[in-house]
Formats: sequence, C-alpha cells, structure tokens
Amino acid sequence: MPKDTGIGAPMKRREDIRFLTGKGRYTADINLRGQAYAAFARSDMAHGRINKIDTTAAAAMPGVLCIMTGEDFVAMGGNPAGWLINSRDGTPMREPKRPVLAHGKVRHVGDAYAVVVAETEEQARDAAEAIEADITELPAIVDMAAAIADPSNRVHDEIPDNLCFDWGWIEDNRAAVDAAFAKAPHITTLELVNNRLVPNAMEPRASLADFNPGTEDYTLYTTSQNPHLHRLLIAAFVMGIPENKLTVIAPDVGGGFGSKIYHYGEEAAVLAAAKHLKRPVKWVATRSEAFLSDAHGRDHVTKIQLALDKDGTFLALRTETLANVGAYLSNFSTATPTFLHGTLMAGPYKTPLVYVNVKTVFTNTAPVDAYRGAGRPEATFSIERVIDKAADELGLDKIAIRRKNFIDPGAFPYTTPVGLVYDTGNYHATLDKMIELGDIAGFDKRAAASKAKGKLRGIGYSTWIEACGIAPSHLVGVLGSRVGLYDAATVRVNATGNISVLTGAHSHGQGHETVFAQVVADKLGIPESSVEIVHGDTSKIPFGMGSYGSRSLAVCGTAMVKAVDKIIAKGRKIAAHMLEAAEGDITFEDGKFQVAGTDKAKTFGEIAFSAYVPHNYPLETLEPGLEESAFYDPGNFTFPAGAYACEVEVDPETGRVEICSFTAADDFGHVMNPLIVQGQVHGGVGQGIGQALLENTTYDEGGQLLSGSFMDYAMPRADDVPFYIVDHSCNTPCTHNPLGVKGCGEAGAIGSPPAVVNAVVDALRRAGHKNVTHIDMPVSPKRVWQAMQG
Amino acid sequence: MHNFDFVKPASVEEAVKALAQEGAQALSGGQTLIATMKQRLAAPTTLVSLTGIAAMKGVKAEGGTLTVGAATPHAVVAKEAASAYPALARLAGGIGDPAVRNRGTVGGSIANNDPAACYPSGVLASGATVVTNKRRIAADDYFQGLFTTALEEGEIVIQVVFPIPEKAAYLKFEQPASRFALTGVFVAKYPSGVRVAVTGAGADGVFRWSEAEAALSKNFSAAAVDGLSVDPSNLMGDLHGTPEYRANLIKVLTKRAVAAA
Repeated sequence: MPKDTGIGAPMKRREDIRFLTGKGRYTADINLRGQAYAAFARSDMAHGRINKIDTTAAAAMPGVLCIMTGEDFVAMGGNPAGWLINSRDGTPMREPKRPVLAHGKVRHVGDAYAVVVAETEEQARDAAEAIEADITELPAIVDMAAAIADPSNRVHDEIPDNLCFDWGWIEDNRAAVDAAFAKAPHITTLELVNNRLVPNAMEPRASLADFNPGTEDYTLYTTSQNPHLHRLLIAAFVMGIPENKLTVIAPDVGGGFGSKIYHYGEEAAVLAAAKHLKRPVKWVATRSEAFLSDAHGRDHVTKIQLALDKDGTFLALRTETLANVGAYLSNFSTATPTFLHGTLMAGPYKTPLVYVNVKTVFTNTAPVDAYRGAGRPEATFSIERVIDKAADELGLDKIAIRRKNFIDPGAFPYTTPVGLVYDTGNYHATLDKMIELGDIAGFDKRAAASKAKGKLRGIGYSTWIEACGIAPSHLVGVLGSRVGLYDAATVRVNATGNISVLTGAHSHGQGHETVFAQVVADKLGIPESSVEIVHGDTSKIPFGMGSYGSRSLAVCGTAMVKAVDKIIAKGRKIAAHMLEAAEGDITFEDGKFQVAGTDKAKTFGEIAFSAYVPHNYPLETLEPGLEESAFYDPGNFTFPAGAYACEVEVDPETGRVEICSFTAADDFGHVMNPLIVQGQVHGGVGQGIGQALLENTTYDEGGQLLSGSFMDYAMPRADDVPFYIVDHSCNTPCTHNPLGVKGCGEAGAIGSPPAVVNAVVDALRRAGHKNVTHIDMPVSPKRVWQAMQG
Repeated sequence: MHNFDFVKPASVEEAVKALAQEGAQALSGGQTLIATMKQRLAAPTTLVSLTGIAAMKGVKAEGGTLTVGAATPHAVVAKEAASAYPALARLAGGIGDPAVRNRGTVGGSIANNDPAACYPSGVLASGATVVTNKRRIAADDYFQGLFTTALEEGEIVIQVVFPIPEKAAYLKFEQPASRFALTGVFVAKYPSGVRVAVTGAGADGVFRWSEAEAALSKNFSAAAVDGLSVDPSNLMGDLHGTPEYRANLIKVLTKRAVAAA
C-alpha cells in the first residue's frame, strides 16, 4: 500500500475541493419543482398563555397557501427524550410533551406557534408577521435556583417545581463520600458556572419536504447529523408514518456540533404542509432563528468539593449541579448532564470516592442539549478548576498535584468509582510530552519578558479524559437509553474493482470521505481514489446512528473494517476456486490473493470481476457478487486523554487576555490521518477558547436573549487564537476495536477551557491578586478587570 | 428584507428631491441600514444612494484643514489622509473589516451617530465642521445624543472639514463580538488647546472629557491624566462593560493615546 494514501497518511481532505470551490450541495441549494416556502411565527415573549391565534388577515395576504398552528398538530406525538433518567428516589423524570408547534403556552423566546407557507419566502415572512397572536404574558422563569424554589410559576403546568429529575451518581456511594469528607484533612470548595453556548454551525438549519401523492412517499432533505435517527423520530414518534414511507436525506451539512443531532418541530411542520399542499415546502433558518431555536449547549451551575490529604492526595470528590434543559426536553438533553457528565467525574485520577448530584431544571429559555463534548467539558472544567484551587490552597505545584493523582500506566483496565472501565491510557506520557513541547521550564523567563512590557503572564494546565463512542447498547439500555448505539457499514465492491462504502456515520465537516476511504483502501490494498464514501441518505445507507460523540471512526469505522474482513474472506474463497488451491492456503496482502509459497495470484480487481461475471466461480457453494455489511456494537467506550498547557498575557489596565501559546499533547490511540486529527484539535481548542474567553449567551430576567446576534455574541476569530502546538505521538491504542482508535473530534473543546481559565487566574495570582480564586467564563476583559479591583 | 426602490442621483439637488418622497431613506454605505433592513427592522420604500454624487467624494488637505467628502469610503480616507492627518486615517483604517471600509462612509457614520462608532470621536475631538446642503454645523453642536444629530429632515451631510492638529491619536478598545468601540478615545492637540472625545462609553453618545482637556492643555503627557477620574454615572452599561469598567477604559485609553500622539 502506498504510504502517502493509506492508514496514517496526512492526506488533504478530498471533500474540500467541492467545499472550497462552492460546489457543495447543501439543503438550501436543493430546489424542487413547484416548491413553496415556509416561515414560522415565533414567540417574542419568554412565557405566555396562548388565548387565540388569529390567522384570518395573514391567510388573505398575497401568495399565502396555508397556515398551520399548534392546534393542527395536537393529534401528533411529542418529540421524545432519548434517555430516561430516574431521580434519586427512583421516580422517573418528568417528560412534558414537546409539540411540533407550541400549543396552549409559549415557553421561550423563539418558540414557534404557527407556520405559514406561501409562494415566496418574503410572502411567507410577511404573512407570519401578520398573524395576530393573543398571548397573555406570564412571568419568565430564567434563573434555575429560583425556578426550583417557586412552585407557583411553572414552565409546564403539570410540573410544580420545574424539576425534570434529581439524579445521584452513584447514589449508593453517597454516604461513603460524605464520610470521607467528614474526616478529610483539607477540603477545597469551588462554585462555578459552565456558560451556555449557542452552537452557531456555519450552515443554519434547513428542511425541504416533498410528498408524492401517487405513492404517499415522503422525502425530507434536512440538516442532520444522523438521518436514520431523524427518520425514526419523525416517523415512529411524531408523525406516525411508516419508516419505509419516509426518506431522510442529509446532503452536505455545514457543521453541527451536536445541534443537528436532534429532531426539531420545523421538520415535521414542513412535512405536514407538503402533504397538505401536495407541493414541496422549503424552510431555511435565518441566523436570528438559529440563535433563538437551535438547541444550546452547557449551562451548568456547579458546586464542586475536593477532599485531600495535606500532601495533595485526592481522597474524595463531590459535586452538586443545576443543569438547565430549557423549555422542552431536546432528544439527548437528559443524557448530557448525567451519563455523559457524572461518569467522567473521576477524570484521569485515582480519586477513590466520587459522588455527583445533578438537578435538571426547566426554564423559559431555548432547549439545551449536547454540544461538542456534551457533559464531558462540564466535568473536565469542574475537576481541573478545583484541582488548581486546591493546589493554591495547599501551596502545591500544579503539575505535581496532577501527576501524583494520575492512574498509573500499569493499572489498566481501571474501574473508576463512577462506573466506567478505562481500558488503556498513559497520562504521564502526555503530561511529559506537554512539558517538553510547551517548554514549561522556560516559563519564568517568558513571564519576566511579559512583565518588562507591562503584562501579567500566567500558565494553566488541564489533564483531561473523555469517553467516546458511547456503548455498549445493552449497558446504555439498562441505564435508560431508548436507542441502540451501534453503527453500520456496507462495503459494495463494484464489478471493476472499485468500491462504494455506505456508512451509517454522517460527515458534516469531519472528513469521513477522505479518512474512511484511506482505511478501506489500505485494508484492501487498492488506491484510495478507488473508494467512494456514501452517507446521509436513508434510502441508500444501512441503519446507523450517525455522527456525534467522537464516535464515527471508533464505531462506524469498525463496522466498515468488519465488512471489509467479510469481503476479504469471500475473496479468499473465490481465489481458492480460481487458483485451484485450498482456501486455507490463500494469503491476502497488498491487494493480491496468493497461494502461499507460490507465485500463483489473483488481484483484488480480478476477484471482484469474477464475483460479478461468475463464469469460473463456485456457484454451487458461494453466492455471486461482492458486497458485505456489518453492524458493530462496541464492547466499551474509548477513552482519549491528553495534557494541555495554555499561556496568557493579561493587560493589567484593561483586563484583556491574550493567549500567547497553547500546547495540546493528546493520546487518541492510532491515528488514521494526522492532518485531519490536527484540524480537529485546532477546531476543538478554538471552540474551547471561544467558551473560555468570548461566548456569552445571556438571557435577561424577562427571558429575552440579549446576545442574539453576532453583534453581541462573540465567536472566536483567527486573531483570538494562537498558533497551536499539537501532538498526538503518545499512543495507547484502544484495546477493543480493530483499528485501535479512540476519537478526536471533541477533545479540544473538552480539554481547553480549564487550561485557559487556570492560566488567567494564575496570571492574576502571580501578580499579587491572591484573593482571585476563580473567574467565570467567558473570562472577558470586564470580568478580569473587576477581579483585579478586589 | 422588504421590497424597496433604489435611486442613485448624481447631484445633491436630485438627492434632496428624492428624499422628499414619503418613505425615502438616504443610503451612504449602508453598513448599518442594510443589516437592519435584512432583519426586517427597517422598511424604507425608496433608498436614495448618495455615493454617486461627485461633490460628496474625495479627500483634500489645504490650509491646515482636511476636507473629506461625506460619501468617501473609510478605505479611501485611510489611504488618502495618511500623510495630512495620520490619526484620522488610522481611525478610518480601523473601522470594521475591509468590506465595511470599502462601503461605509464618514457621512453615513456621523448621520447615524451610533454611540459606539469611531468617527464621531474624530469629528468631535478635531472640532470639525459638518457641512450640509443647508449650513455649516460645528461638531460641538452636531452630536446630540444616541443616534441623534442636529440634522433636520431632508438635510444631507456634504462634507466634513477637519482642522489638522499638531498631534493626535485615536485608540479604541474593541467590543469582542461586534468589534465596535467598547470605548474609544480621540486626543487632538491644537495650538488653542487639547480636545479629548470619547465614543462607545457615554450614555448620551460621544462626549468631550473636559477635565482631561484642561489637564492636557497645560501638560501634554500621560502623567497629566493620572490624578483624574471619570464619573461612571453618565456612562453606558451593557453585556460587555459596566459604567465603571468604561470609566477605567476612558482613562487608560486617554493616557495611551497621549503617549501615541
């Protein structure tokens, strides 16, 4: 196999040619004959009781074809939560119905209560503005603590304390954890906020629905990270149509970061309108709609406590978190603050006792769900911040305290006190690599240079771990998941020896089309250019679960490899027949089936041709054709980990923070394409820096989104981030998937925020501001300056 | 965006006539107006573009003044004022991004008078004269509050005449999202005294910091500002900065601007 295109080659992404030259085909680019346009009427108040939606005037406006309101969807099912969480007392979580369009009440600014379909987009918008909504405004519920405390004001009338659930993990360990705290020599306590983020994928959500009255088939083109999941939710749960009558196509998708995992009401609304009108109906969200109605991320308020010996040995850890789910349960909103958060609270450390309590709260804000990292950034931020505070309190070195508590490289597989079994890892190795590449030894010299120009320099670390490729299905089922978490791939060898791979994973910027092709080509010993990756169309691909949680290569990639193995096994049988040898004597290497110890061989292409033109073929024992599928349900999560160092300079007069350097030493297991991995880390760290320094989702007391546009919501830009130092040479391959891969998509966003905040706090403390122990994100100039005022 | 008609007159007279129509709105770069229209928050029936009027374009330095046509884009000012009035050129060159600088104009900026815009501080600190189709307005009389100016209905800014200072500098601290001035300070030293204008911070828009002007007129050094403080009670507070934070920025930026001048 040529080294420049196979596994491990830093190939440029083949999809970038079409993306960078404007040849991508996104949902908004697709137009069907006779299509009409939808616009949604959205609530401008955070909380209100709907008295009457009068559409008379709007319906009479030019071009209007139909108007539907919440009333028209009452008979449809609710958009379900994908994970059942039980409270500490064993009662199941509260699951209010999430309707297609708001009915009875509006529950957040941007909550859609009507859809207008018209001949043009502008006509639809004009008419949507002309709908007369008689809504009685109710007091907005924005603050989580207040939401729980005030039973009189309810987001959902049937839920008196606005509490979805009160979860303890692991509840049986609570007493032991409390006992350890009771006799601990030192306790460090930190209260912090993990700030709410707006996903802001470059492409806003869009849907184009088509209905064929002749066949009663529906087709939905939509911005999805997981078209089969969308089909299942829409068909089986919401609209009650047979799955075989709905095709979901997610064409090129411009980023998701989690926000396009979920089914949203707009998708069902345009499908219903398309059926009603017997015309295709298209909707493309404006950026303003994206701010108001995409599922947001994070939004935790946490009190974390770490019990330690005086020498810095961790004895126990406990947290109390309020997690905001917003107005409705988005599909994975209940899993994110629980099993994707609480189970990571051991970090890479051998803390013997851990207890996590999460209360999840309804508020009059946009729904909150998984966003790049999903629960794991929240866990990592809490742990890595409290460790720094503890080190400051005990006068310990911040690298030494981490190293002292690391799980030893020889201790794997390692069972944590929060229910995970880490299969492999070497946290000392990534830490050493970070120390080397980040030139930590040279910090004092750099700090002196910063001081000479009037700046305060600080350094912060984060040694993080995450769990990717959530699995196995039987375990997550026990824990409340309502879906399986396998994936699937079909390897279709064409008669001339080239290949179409149909994957359940969906690429919306990750680069699957390149790296998956590299893997398949390498395994089959054929040129990478002979492999095409097909994804995103439920009428073509097998039922896979899509892409999120850094799972694509670890889970779908494994299914792909298993399908390739079946192809090779069948090829061996065909070759044995053609070469008149025993199957056991056939070797397969570099694209050639060969009789061991002889020069008798057939190329992969010859075998493929024979399978489709089976003139000389063992038809009595073997089916013709060369196409194999595999489903793969992983035996465990994968556990990428790494060590990050961030150096900042703070302007003491303005509080402005500049990131001087960022070093990321990661262990992702085997790396299939280092260029793509590097890009994923760059993007992830950039997003983490955005969360740490800039992104400031703010609702006012009345539930209005103050940061509802890019004029006020600060996204990281090129000049906000440094040139990264990225390394992934530390490699402890995953022990339970054949590629030995762990996943890298979320790493940067998980590991970086605490490194940045730790660096800023360090800079201030070194400058004598010893009263500064924490600054909440985003660590904006205003907040840093305020912290320095004492 | 709602539908609208578009006209591009070649003379001020034609523009005035076009603007007299019901629902007409002047367009001079559109870097605020077009975005507002896209959000459907403004719906003029006719846009009257002012950028085709030759008399309103160009940069000319003579006799100690710099005259900038109101329809001159920022990028042109950044280039053509660089030797005559470098501080003003740098202000223009630091507005927005290249797309904004090649569309946005000084006339559009000061007619809109956004409290976070850069130009109002340059105009006010320079004691410039705003020349309209009807009269000449001193900068001190022109800016009258948030998005409010002395302009009357149908009055068009034709040019702005800046007296060129001995020394000057403009420094802004950017709001992290919009990159408008969270606070910006323009310091200009004239034989008659020093003028200090602050944008982005005032509850009523751009204003002069008279205490700093007095101190700097006596002693044009950063140290002269040391003992002063700004009363935050007349300053803006929002997501990005409290009045107290802005008060601090005004002082810090003034000192830095004096040092840079």
